[in-house]
Amino acid sequence: MITFQIPGYLRSFTEGRGRVELDGSVASVGEALERLWTLHPGVRDRVVTEQGEVRQHVNVFVGDESIRFTGGLATPVPEGAEIWIVPAVSGGRS
Amino acid sequence: MVATRNVQVKDGDVLVMVGTTKGAFLLRSSGARKKWDVGGPHFPGHSVYAMAYDGRGKKPTLWAGTNSMHWGGVLRSSTDFGKHWTEPESANVKFPTETGASLKQIWKIRPGRPEEPNTLFCGVEPAALFESRDGGETWELNRGLYDHPHRARWQPGGGGLCLHTILPDAQDRDRMFIAISTGGVYRTDDGGRTWQPRNHGVRADFLPGKFPEYGQCVHKVVAHPSRPDRLFLQNHWGLYRSDDGGDSWTDIANGVPSDFGFCMAMHPHDPETVYIVPIESDQFRCTPEGKLRVYRTRNAGKSWEALTRGLPQKEALECVLRDAMSVDHMNPAGVYFGTRSGLVYGSPDGGASWSKLIGGLPPVVSVEAAVVGGVKSNGSRRKASAAKRASRQPARSSSRPRAAKARGAAPRRRSPKKK
Repeated sequence: MITFQIPGYLRSFTEGRGRVELDGSVASVGEALERLWTLHPGVRDRVVTEQGEVRQHVNVFVGDESIRFTGGLATPVPEGAEIWIVPAVSGGRS
Repeated sequence: MVATRNVQVKDGDVLVMVGTTKGAFLLRSSGARKKWDVGGPHFPGHSVYAMAYDGRGKKPTLWAGTNSMHWGGVLRSSTDFGKHWTEPESANVKFPTETGASLKQIWKIRPGRPEEPNTLFCGVEPAALFESRDGGETWELNRGLYDHPHRARWQPGGGGLCLHTILPDAQDRDRMFIAISTGGVYRTDDGGRTWQPRNHGVRADFLPGKFPEYGQCVHKVVAHPSRPDRLFLQNHWGLYRSDDGGDSWTDIANGVPSDFGFCMAMHPHDPETVYIVPIESDQFRCTPEGKLRVYRTRNAGKSWEALTRGLPQKEALECVLRDAMSVDHMNPAGVYFGTRSGLVYGSPDGGASWSKLIGGLPPVVSVEAAVVGGVKSNGSRRKASAAKRASRQPARSSSRPRAAKARGAAPRRRSPKKK
């Protein structure tokens, strides 16, 4: 099982849930995210662009490590991992 | 978080939609435009560079292009004046995969012509035009413009590579103008299949060749529906008019303190009258001499006059951005603008006098005004009293009686006696 931690803004697209659990295992963060938006389609376009890239000011962590430094969406996801979707502090510029 | 307040709106009210870098606000007044209720913030934390009022359907619809630095941009609508806004599950304005492009920001929402009530246009960054033929349910990229061979040479201006102006020709359904910063003005004569640059005579001070075919940093273009071949253009340095549908442009910076600026608004009833707010320079983007002055021409750019009554004339280093000025269709017309410092000013008398409608907002990036339900044409009490006030304004009443009569701006004649 893996667990997604959902930030406040996106909970309006997860029926209010701050945690979303997925059964079984996944090969990568990309696959985990695909399964997340099968369950909650509204999350998709908020987290990734129409080209499938994680938005500039959104960070995704597997455990404590940002996927920007571990292979991006190809980052492997160990059994039992927590995946965090977190708005970056840089987003407050304007 | 601050609670969102809603305004109660009814037919005949004037609505001023104010988009800021951190949310939208709705200002409502009766037709007298003396007292304003303020609603908002809507979409707190999201920038709102584009808003529109669409009165063509059974219910008036408000549109807002909202953008979150984190979560991206989406187009939303409301049919109850902001009490509820749509929140599309999937982004409704997005680039096809094969373009490799991603939406950065929605810059303009433009309802189509009255005779095509389900058509809307949307201008975005990176520069592209989207069209909806089903009332905003679905949106499609205009490929004629997106695949234009000039695209590779368009360069982002300070605000990004944005398509910020959309002008459907009011009389020719196949013709439309768009403007890109920096790309210039483009015109289609075949309903959007092909587009031609229309920048002859418009300066590009930042390029070695000052008059290129395209690549100008156009900030805003306006036109009056009754004279679609006449366009006015506020450039990144330069004020221009075209009388031939953009085929050629003439410099009309006659008597302005600077021909740099961003915003430009067309008078709703008079095709000779245009409003601008000159800015000192591209290096110092503030109102010249610390004076907040709207400039108005009433002769299509032959001369400009400063409108200052009610506006601060010292220590006012303000800037009004390209979409932060608008007019309502009342008679006399209301004129509105918002500043980067979060002030919104309005004039109920075509610019003769101004008052601050609200201050303390986040930086204002868009202003759109509308008369809810449209202006009643049968000479209501509201209209009569407004015209009476206008007749007291010396700037408006005495100098151009023939033109005023021709445009029907001051209906001072008595009604014909019943026989």
